[in-house]
Amino acid sequence: MSESEKIQPWGPHDVGGQAGGPVNMTEHDTAYWEWQIDAMLRLAMQKGVLSDFAELRDGIERLNAEDYENLSYYERWARSLAAALVAKGVVTEQALSGKVAAIRARQAASE
Amino acid sequence: MNTARFTPGQKVRIAARTPPLHHRVPSYVKGRTGFIERVCGRHAEPERAIAGDLDARRQLYRVRIPQHELWASYDGASGDQLELEVFEHWLEAAQ
Repeated sequence: MSESEKIQPWGPHDVGGQAGGPVNMTEHDTAYWEWQIDAMLRLAMQKGVLSDFAELRDGIERLNAEDYENLSYYERWARSLAAALVAKGVVTEQALSGKVAAIRARQAASE
Repeated sequence: MNTARFTPGQKVRIAARTPPLHHRVPSYVKGRTGFIERVCGRHAEPERAIAGDLDARRQLYRVRIPQHELWASYDGASGDQLELEVFEHWLEAAQ
């Protein structure tokens, strides 16, 4: 393969061979909301909404590079799962953004 | 159907394509040649799983690629090799 035929990466995860900087090795506990995302994913798979972990990964790899970089592990899961639920008509984009706005308002009020 | 197309020691080229969905081949090995290290058996494969074909199994191989062929600036030992697992539909026999 010549240099002119360089393969384009598929998605923001496809960075093998690039300098990545230091790896954060600190241990951390799984937060309750992260277990909830995990549970929701397994429920979605059990009900056949998502076929397989491959489909979750596919959604994660469709995040733009900036989001992929900034989101944590389970935040990426949440974004992929939410996109799949909207794409398959389980929830509407409108219902989802309405719920997010309501939660933000509730959090702001309690601060 | 259950027989593996490639055997250990055989030289193979990894396809240089980019299907627009999750696939288990990083871009830095696409178009590269390596050697079959072992036949890993038949496994569920993500490209078919995403299409809803959850029972499909495809032959998987462990492929070895010399590190100095992958990375122009590689300064490790000359015998260092990368091993990765690649499904059969990504491989073709190479000279």
